[in-house]
Amino acid sequence: MALSRETLISALLVALLVAIPLLATAAGEPFYVTLATRIAILALAAVGLNIALGLGGLVSFGHAAFFGLGGYVAGIFATHAFNAEPLPFGFTATTAMPVIWLGAMALCGLAALPIGAISLRTSGVYFIMITLAFAQMIYYFAVSWPSYGGEDGLSIYVRNSFPGLNTAQPLPYFLLCLGVLVAGLVLFQLIKGSRFGAALEASRQNPTRLAAVGITPFGIRLVAFAVSAMVTGLAGALFADLNRFVSPSMLSWHMSGELIVLIILGGKGRLFGPVAGAMVYVLFEYALGGVTERWQFFLGLILLGVVLFARGGLLGLLAGKARHG
Amino acid sequence: MRTILTASLLALSMTAAGVAQADPVKIGVITTLSGGGAGLGVDTRDAFTLAIKKAGETDVELVIEDDAQKPELAVQIAEKMIQSDKVDLMTGIIWSNLAMAVVPNTVAQDVIYLSPNAGPSALAGANCHKNYFNVAYQNDNFHEAMGQYANQDYKNTFILAPNYPAGKDSLTGFKRYYKGELAGELYTQVGQTDYAAEIAQIRASGADSVFFFLPGGMGIAFMKQYAQSGVGLPVLGPSFSFSQDVLPAIGDAALGVKNSASWSKDLDNEANKEFVEAFQAEYGRLPSIYAAQSWDTANLILSALAKASVKDKDAFRAALREADFKSVRGEFTFNANQHPIQNIYVREVVKEGDVLTNKIIGTAFEKHGDAYVEQCKM
Amino acid sequence: MSAALLIEQLLNGLQLGVMLFLIAAGLTLIFGVMGLINLAHGSLYMIGAFACAAVAAATGSFWLGLAASLAAAAAAGALMEIAIIRRLYERDHLDQVLATFALILILSEGTRWLFGSFPLYLDIPPILQGAVPLPGGGQYQLYRLAIIGVGIVVAVGLYLLISRTRLGMRIRAGESDREMIAALGVDIRTLYTVVFALGAALAGLAGAMVGALQSVQVGMGEPALILAFVVIVIGGIGSIKGALVGAILVGVVDTMGRFLLPKLLALTMPASQANLVGAALASMLIYIVMALILALRPRGLFAGQA
Repeated sequence: MALSRETLISALLVALLVAIPLLATAAGEPFYVTLATRIAILALAAVGLNIALGLGGLVSFGHAAFFGLGGYVAGIFATHAFNAEPLPFGFTATTAMPVIWLGAMALCGLAALPIGAISLRTSGVYFIMITLAFAQMIYYFAVSWPSYGGEDGLSIYVRNSFPGLNTAQPLPYFLLCLGVLVAGLVLFQLIKGSRFGAALEASRQNPTRLAAVGITPFGIRLVAFAVSAMVTGLAGALFADLNRFVSPSMLSWHMSGELIVLIILGGKGRLFGPVAGAMVYVLFEYALGGVTERWQFFLGLILLGVVLFARGGLLGLLAGKARHG
Repeated sequence: MRTILTASLLALSMTAAGVAQADPVKIGVITTLSGGGAGLGVDTRDAFTLAIKKAGETDVELVIEDDAQKPELAVQIAEKMIQSDKVDLMTGIIWSNLAMAVVPNTVAQDVIYLSPNAGPSALAGANCHKNYFNVAYQNDNFHEAMGQYANQDYKNTFILAPNYPAGKDSLTGFKRYYKGELAGELYTQVGQTDYAAEIAQIRASGADSVFFFLPGGMGIAFMKQYAQSGVGLPVLGPSFSFSQDVLPAIGDAALGVKNSASWSKDLDNEANKEFVEAFQAEYGRLPSIYAAQSWDTANLILSALAKASVKDKDAFRAALREADFKSVRGEFTFNANQHPIQNIYVREVVKEGDVLTNKIIGTAFEKHGDAYVEQCKM
Repeated sequence: MSAALLIEQLLNGLQLGVMLFLIAAGLTLIFGVMGLINLAHGSLYMIGAFACAAVAAATGSFWLGLAASLAAAAAAGALMEIAIIRRLYERDHLDQVLATFALILILSEGTRWLFGSFPLYLDIPPILQGAVPLPGGGQYQLYRLAIIGVGIVVAVGLYLLISRTRLGMRIRAGESDREMIAALGVDIRTLYTVVFALGAALAGLAGAMVGALQSVQVGMGEPALILAFVVIVIGGIGSIKGALVGAILVGVVDTMGRFLLPKLLALTMPASQANLVGAALASMLIYIVMALILALRPRGLFAGQA
């Protein structure tokens, strides 16, 4: 029963996320489309983290590294294409989003392998902190590396393109991001239901038994970590294009913290948890920011309320019992 | 059309009479009102609202929002102001990196942006834009002035700044005019709070003076530790670390420091006296340079509104370019890249009664523009 | 480069390390005993600095301010523990992260509400101004030496507290077996409140002492918090000894990195470029060291039972 209620509420969330931009466009209020796009992208980033955190129990406090790297791929491609300069390593710059997305995912996957390989030697709080350490290294590197703007960041003068769509318009870009979010959710569900997902789940709950049947938790976790990083990196590329700007603040530990907050807020390990979390977080940030300059104070109170009184996040609160397993 | 609008600005009764053109002017102010850097944003906001209020302007509507010093949030607010609030003009951003995030896309959507503080070189040169007006300074200006001033007395200066673009611009700007030797050149970490290692190097370097650019909390920490260390070499810097908002936090350690700025509270002109008095009367504190620049921004906008409708972008931009307002900085004109041509003064930190403040001791540059104007093809 | 400068820089590193130890000691103690990740520890440090600055400004005495910082941080810590933190011990680390993240937002904006948006003034007390001569011809600032002294006193005090007193015995028991000491009739709730308040007071003390060197402003706790986490993770979470060693390692590595890296690089590249690259590397250095240590010793240098 609990499951079907969760499904119902999730469906409602998605319907809301789709309906609002359509209504806003009809009403001539394109800003709400932008806001919904932001929700979709942050939700995607959190879905990525949820693969590691929710399924694998790997609490990464450094996923901003991948979010930011993805963003920088979009920014660097756009800049080089704008100035008609070739990229390093003989790649040709392009403004085609599919290529950029592949580049972002490839880079994040490649970065996640060594980071994961070292980090996964640790566990618990040590894992939380070593992932933070790697993110901080990349953050300071980005701040002090002059080629792409350093602390000032990098502007994307024209949003990158997608074949057949006018991405400069808010609504098509929203639909594109929504499509990618849905793909991310499908991927999450596929992983969760697969044998790999079962092994990942087991590596979280009982690594010894997993080892006993001849599977090393390390390999499974590493793959999950890399996939998780790739999805978050893809979201980063979309986020840079949304803002037409990328800067080291996308790599900061605040960003890592926010991604974790989105997941817990919505409900850890649940398919639609990140979507619910992103919706609530962005809407509160927006609504409170318009009301009072003390908005962070009230945002803090709300978050505290959720964690103290709504175990299992908002979906847990709305959909009743925590999921099984 | 112009007469109708001018009339409507002069008298509220005209709008009440229902003149079609007299839509209220909407100005979006994005500034930092929370977190560690909030003091600068608060001064910017307070001076801006006060200037509008003093002018008796009732047709100007302000939309003020907090960016929390986060570029992504500033971008979101800018989108909201443009798309949802449909503002005519935007202003308010304090920090270069936030300006770089917001300005290019704002001006591309044909919204006029007036910078009350940041002036990154990227926006002054090749990427200058007809919708971008900088009412404050180009980022290099104050550092150039200090380099020029250092030539008078010093031959072996030690220079340091944070390791980010504004920091590099700072040291480049200083070196552009400084002719002496460098006793040392250091880049510090962004957000660094302990400067013992750097101060030890200054002491050992045999320098005859120190130039530093460390905005915000970094500068407060450096100045206190420098004074406590007893190195005692003369200190030079841009005004950011010796502005009215941070002087109380540095305390007597700042006394005697020479710093460069386009404005000082003792600058002798009518507009400035009026401003300092009005600000003090309203808020019970002395205004900072951020307040002065924001006050000028508001008055520049008002002067242009008196000449042209904000809906007629070409006419309005032309009116802005005339800079026909009484600047608290004295003479003020726009360069070809719509950045200021103004005097840069050298100030000294002094104590008036119990209050630390600045007084002008000289002029480093008269009618100074910036080094990037040539690259601007507008 | 003279020997005197080198000695001075080593002392600077030591002093930075001791300062980090004061912040990290409370954090590691709280984690060791209660198993709690407290992101709001940096806010307690900020509260200490603000309390010291406010009281020192009102009374003119740094020492009264220092006492106030201890009292304010301990009180804030106890209040936090009783009202909120207590409900989090049984939760997993994620809930603790979210709740204490929320506390950061509340405490930062709350402080700004009380004290306004402008940084506060706090100077070192007159008796600790000035410098003392060093062997080899250099000199070192008295206040910084005093910080090193306070750090040593706190380290010894904590060692004695934990190994020699009844409270310490309970803390050690609490670390190893929670149910057992409850069964023995020790009031574990009060014990936890006391430990939390003690950790908070240490953070407040650090905030007050650092406040005299830096800018007392909202947000000052966050960089300190990150460094404190680096320290306790390097040292081994829950180990006071580990926190001390980790703190001094981080302090010395960071200071010497900022000092020596540009000079080393200048041997292979032009000076101005060496300055830039050296500064960039220096800012990443402690994180590189941390990753190396954890790669070799996944539970830190002095792993506790945590």
